[in-house]
Amino acid sequence: MPKDSGIGASPKRREDIRFLTGTGNYTDDININGQTYAWFIRSDVAHGTINSIDASAAEAMEGVLKVFTSADFAEAGGIPCGWEVTDRHGQPMQEPKHPILAEGKVRHVGDPIAVVVAETLEQARDAAEAVEIDIDELEAVIDMKAAVAEGATKVHDDLTSNLCYDWGFVEENREAVDEAIKSAAHVTTLELVNNRVVANPMEPRVAVGDYNRAGDEHTLYTTSQNPHVIRLLMGAFVLSIPEHKLRVVAPDVGGGFGAKIYHYAEEAFVTYAAKVLNRPVKWTSSRSEAFISDAHGRDHVTKIELAMDENHKFTAVRTDTYANMGAYLSTFAPSVPTWLHGTLMAGNYITPLIYVNVKAVFTNTVPVDAYRGAGRPEATFQLERVIDKAARELGMDPVELRRKNFIQPDQFPYDTPVAVTYDTGNYDATMDKALEVADYAGFEARRAESEARGKLRGIGVAHYIEACGIAPSNLVGQLGARAGLYESATVRVNATGSISVFTGSHSHGQGHETTFAQVVSEMIGVDASQIDIVHGDTSKVPMGMGTYGSRSIAVGGSAMVRATEKIINKAKKIAAHLMEASEADIELKDGAFSVAGTDKSVAWGDVTLAAYVPHNYPLEDIEPGLEESAFYDPANFTYPSGAYICELEVDPETGVIDMLNFTAADDFGNVINPMIVEGQVHGGLAQGIGQALMEACIYDENGQLLSGSFMDYTMPRADDMPMMNVDHSCQTPCTHNPLGVKGCGEAGAIGSPPAVVNAVIDALHRAGHKVEHIDMPVSPARVWKAMHG
Amino acid sequence: MQLSDSREIAAPRPEVWANLLSAETLKGCVPGCQEMTGSAAEGFEAVVVQKVGPVKATFKGAVTISDVVDGESLTLTGEGKGGAAGFAKGGAKVKLSDGDNGATRLEYDVEAKVGGKLAQLGSRIIDGFAKKMADQFFERFQQSVEGPVEETVAERDESSQDGDGEAKKKGWLGRVLGSKKDK
Repeated sequence: MPKDSGIGASPKRREDIRFLTGTGNYTDDININGQTYAWFIRSDVAHGTINSIDASAAEAMEGVLKVFTSADFAEAGGIPCGWEVTDRHGQPMQEPKHPILAEGKVRHVGDPIAVVVAETLEQARDAAEAVEIDIDELEAVIDMKAAVAEGATKVHDDLTSNLCYDWGFVEENREAVDEAIKSAAHVTTLELVNNRVVANPMEPRVAVGDYNRAGDEHTLYTTSQNPHVIRLLMGAFVLSIPEHKLRVVAPDVGGGFGAKIYHYAEEAFVTYAAKVLNRPVKWTSSRSEAFISDAHGRDHVTKIELAMDENHKFTAVRTDTYANMGAYLSTFAPSVPTWLHGTLMAGNYITPLIYVNVKAVFTNTVPVDAYRGAGRPEATFQLERVIDKAARELGMDPVELRRKNFIQPDQFPYDTPVAVTYDTGNYDATMDKALEVADYAGFEARRAESEARGKLRGIGVAHYIEACGIAPSNLVGQLGARAGLYESATVRVNATGSISVFTGSHSHGQGHETTFAQVVSEMIGVDASQIDIVHGDTSKVPMGMGTYGSRSIAVGGSAMVRATEKIINKAKKIAAHLMEASEADIELKDGAFSVAGTDKSVAWGDVTLAAYVPHNYPLEDIEPGLEESAFYDPANFTYPSGAYICELEVDPETGVIDMLNFTAADDFGNVINPMIVEGQVHGGLAQGIGQALMEACIYDENGQLLSGSFMDYTMPRADDMPMMNVDHSCQTPCTHNPLGVKGCGEAGAIGSPPAVVNAVIDALHRAGHKVEHIDMPVSPARVWKAMHG
Repeated sequence: MQLSDSREIAAPRPEVWANLLSAETLKGCVPGCQEMTGSAAEGFEAVVVQKVGPVKATFKGAVTISDVVDGESLTLTGEGKGGAAGFAKGGAKVKLSDGDNGATRLEYDVEAKVGGKLAQLGSRIIDGFAKKMADQFFERFQQSVEGPVEETVAERDESSQDGDGEAKKKGWLGRVLGSKKDK
């Protein structure tokens, strides 16, 4: 009998009432009396020298308050980067200045040059047309390999080249890996592209700046996944505003997928301009603007080599990757192709020697940063593709080759050669489950049926592991992170027993208000309706590192558990006093405290009331009130894993792919709300399948983004999605967090692209087309071309 | 995008050449041109209104003439800024040679480039658009050089295709005869 509340139950998402009835409170819903509107003038060339900006005519236009340029930000700092990567030679990465508004040069299409602020949006927009900007277009560097070639045009004149860093991991293993590959019985090599994508959350970015002159207080309302991080970065590094004078609010946020983690120039702009003008300033991104100003994702070009011995055991992996940083370093950009990517190159397999080389490159394109999965999809894609190719070369079943090399359940905790220690897992179990759910054994009959209809049916398998629940602060500090990655929670129990939980995790669609309440409800035994989850406001929540890296329940949830434990401990003391019993004998069950072995009990509400009306209270031992905070810093990452199977048909006449079904058997450890987890996997799969089959940023040689609208950039729609069979019954609980949870937000986007491409290649091979690889997005045109040469 | 084409113009080379350098002629030939001032030597200033796919904009820009080999070839380069719509740049290498029956053969290689919103929203249709622009330009140029009858025909070239062809034919013959007389 499934539970109907608490951990493991699937109550409907309480936040959906407002999301589905149009009563959410998004940043663009916030309008402040006296509000003005900002219109950003952005570069339409990818690279150029700004000769002059003449705003005199625009400033004279009706309603215009001011036209801002970089000159207005002479005192401000640049947009900071939150992670410093050290290169193979022990040198820090090259880190260019990222100004709020372009200083002297523009470096990508979309780079902001000037901002008009006016009484109305229309006035700002009209005046922008009157700002005369003279730019000499310069040659743009778009291709990563060309960008690091001798004599290439430099994106930043003050850097020595376009190479941000040349990273080697594990550098000490470099020669041993070379040797292992040289002496291997079999080496499989694959070159591939991990296509650049745009996150495109349903809600575009918005920022509203407000300033209270009386108190010298700034407020920024913004579409952020981590308002405290924005407060820290913008306050400390850009605008020099101390935390107590800067409030950052991220109210309801309509999806982020990574793109709303970073501190953006528009946030600093509206905060600063609101003070200069002494008026609130609002900026709302258009969809066109989002395409050229939201950080993009992925964009790796990789060569991977997998070495095996005569028994088909993996002996070494060597990769050579170019990773696009775009024109500037976005907040976490340097960490994505390195520590979030190289550390996952062992996958689920025993591979004694691994060497990952990554060259991060500046180009005249929009900055690239983390996008759902961030580095881990890139690692998984190359590894799971090369294993598939190896199996084909060896004449083996790709499932068998994987099984042969899986880390076994009795080997945990398992130290990989790439610096991480997997705490738990059972990869054969997830593989078995996926094969069962997908009816792998029955594939041949289905294939024959497709063949009879003239269709090429294929099946693709992939197994992934990811490191999420980001992250142990001392570890990431050693790796170059300029922030800690703990989480905080405050649990405030009110006098009548209701509970407000203030969490540093931010919900932008994940359903925290439901799941977090389930956890506290389970722990205390009060109904979830008595528990409110508060997030997204630096004036309410003590501190927060936000939501990304599938960290909310694993890190934020753990902080909440610790704070709730403190509440329970204190409440037991009060209950013991009320019942004149020993604290050690007090039990809490279903919202009531009882004395073990007796029929004495007091209700939750009696205890909470006593805490705030302490007439009969152990004042000599404990303070009145019932509010506790906790910070939780994880001891390790969590390591979800899973087996994904994609089954599809290719139409040989057109190359069109019909996704038939997709199976995901994930091990997320303990699951709080199975329905929400299933939804998270569905969303991840949609983005992974979208990347695999449809989505792509196409830049022309001049740096113009040609797929810059939904007319050309193909977002997956519901009818592009196959039937998704999601199973999370395989559970090896995380060993180091109190809930035993892993993370589920990114998994679908990590494991699905290789399963899709493996299935396409499988379909083609079974029909006699010796196609080894098709780059994503695997469009009908690419499939047809691969088939017909 | 690049495209090449050629056409026979029923006029002697000096006349065709002179028209290539005329602001008045160019104004009449650049599709959507509202204003055109300046000279071949100094360069022209132009205001052009065009709609590319979903983006309609007023482009302000300059047209310059370079690589001039008198009577034989030149390069027309145009650059228009359309504000929020982005920009369009284009160039045409034009070469003149003697055609049949005293006509002039005009060959052109056109290159066009767009940026900003035009590229972001209109890239799929930009090749077709550039071809249409180039075809219209040289069509109008031909008609402008060949005679006033064709100019009016050009105004209604879409509504009366047959008449257009007929008129063009007559004009062409007239020109050839005229040029013969000149000789």
